[in-house]
Amino acid sequence: MKVEQKPVLPPLGTVVLEARGIVKRYGHVTALGGADLELVAGEVLAIVGDNGAGKSTLIKVLCGAVVPDEGQVLLDGAPVHFRNPLDARKRGIETVYQDLAVAPALDIATNLFLGRELRRRGPVGSWFRLLDKNRMRREAQREMDELKFHLPSIDSPVEKLSGGQRQGVAVARAAIFARRLVIMDEPTAALGVRESGQVLNLIRSIRDRGLPVILISHDMPHVFEVADRIQIMRLGRRVALTTPQRHSMSEVVAIMTGAARGDEQTSPA
Amino acid sequence: MRQVLLKPTVGPLIVLLLFCAVFSLATHTFLAAGNLSLVVQQSVIVGTLAIGQTMIILTAGVDLANGGIAVLGTIVAGRLVAEQQNPALFSLLFALILCTGFGMVAGLLVSRLTLPPFIVTLGLLGIITAITRLVAHGGAFPVTDDLLAWPGNAFAVGDTSITYGMVIMFGLYLLVWYLLTQTAWGRHIYAIGNNREAARLVGIPVQSRLLSVYTFAGLLYGIGSWLALGRIPNADPNALQNANLDSITAVVIGGTSLFGGRGSLWGTLIGTLIVAVLRNGLTLTGIDPLWQDLVTGILVISAVALDQVSKRKQR
Repeated sequence: MKVEQKPVLPPLGTVVLEARGIVKRYGHVTALGGADLELVAGEVLAIVGDNGAGKSTLIKVLCGAVVPDEGQVLLDGAPVHFRNPLDARKRGIETVYQDLAVAPALDIATNLFLGRELRRRGPVGSWFRLLDKNRMRREAQREMDELKFHLPSIDSPVEKLSGGQRQGVAVARAAIFARRLVIMDEPTAALGVRESGQVLNLIRSIRDRGLPVILISHDMPHVFEVADRIQIMRLGRRVALTTPQRHSMSEVVAIMTGAARGDEQTSPA
Repeated sequence: MRQVLLKPTVGPLIVLLLFCAVFSLATHTFLAAGNLSLVVQQSVIVGTLAIGQTMIILTAGVDLANGGIAVLGTIVAGRLVAEQQNPALFSLLFALILCTGFGMVAGLLVSRLTLPPFIVTLGLLGIITAITRLVAHGGAFPVTDDLLAWPGNAFAVGDTSITYGMVIMFGLYLLVWYLLTQTAWGRHIYAIGNNREAARLVGIPVQSRLLSVYTFAGLLYGIGSWLALGRIPNADPNALQNANLDSITAVVIGGTSLFGGRGSLWGTLIGTLIVAVLRNGLTLTGIDPLWQDLVTGILVISAVALDQVSKRKQR
């Protein structure tokens, strides 16, 4: 895969990713009972919900980790069927996981290109499989600068970094390779306050570069800090779609827990 | 300066030079060209097994069967030629394929069934040792064939005699160094040993990489059995008893972490030479051979302790 391949960005306001009536059952348990989602170009869409509300399952459907029983996923308006995360990745969807998915002993540049290493051009690369370490370092440095994410040195091992910087490396990797959107599953869950701030800044940088972001988080202040829109899930469905301006944190929590009704709730749960 | 000292191969290199210095002061014979050549000749088998061992330990595994596989290789090639008059080339290739096959079996069990490498290779060791005894049916096979004994042939560079076995071993070190450090495959090996889950999540085909490591290691063990036939032209089921543990010793003394993901192949080469120099030097000084194992044991424990301490510091 070439890094130079920049995302072809759709105009603001177009729907990039859409999920319609997603159903997923595990035996008698219905994890998703007809969940919907629309991700619009250029936004950070936060998904919130109590434990068991189905947000994790929905995300797994979108990134290919789970195949839904019913419903449709559309990317740029065309139906897609992801059988595994690699399918989704090939279509330009990158996922950042909650646990820090980095190899601590390897340096930052190596981690950024892990699994997608660049080889030398010409026969040295194709026959002798020689890595182009300089090009990877340069690209890594340039991407980090572009994301305004400042690290001591692109050559230092990841284990020398703080937890926030490590997660930053994972987020940056997703940002570099994503062509359509980035999904983040609790990216700040393992981090302290200041470290979370660095990751939230990265999320904004990614959005400002034009890539839409789906953010799953338990942390309401984080959600209210970066989200453009908030999708509230409850009992396997979307019960409300709002913005940090329309509802307060406590109102969102009330809808999440069922203490208040959401706009899209058809019957009291 | 600090950067240089932190390089993982520097520590082992200092230990090696220290031993060389001590033995050249203690004896007149240690530094002689003939003796140094002998030290390297004595280390080619363990040195070659240790290449495969390094790759496997880098993936956070360990191989307890490599000595057994190499012995089986010598017995099979030896018997095919000595007792059944097969062409040497055919016998050698058959032994290489057989060793590669056993490596592949270990790789399949480790990658597909996700069994612990320790158990898989321990079980394989038992199976392979039994097969070796069955094939040998109580005998040993003297090797008179030129091709099988070829790695033991020497040519002279100045005063130093160099065997083809040494050339093969160094060639293999260069090849695997290239694979481990200059290709994506090598980076994947390090990443798998360092954080297997992360490796999987970034899309590295963990199973097939592991399978390739064990299979390739099996081929290296096969080549090791050829070098063994060159060194002692007699295929004996009781040979190479210490080779397996020595290969682990070499890797560990060479600074590669038993936890996986960290280490270098040059460290392993240095580790192999440390063990060989120690054996040779203590013999030359006339010290009871029992001390060799004692000193080696201390070195292994120190190396692992250092690794453990540095790991704790990073947390």
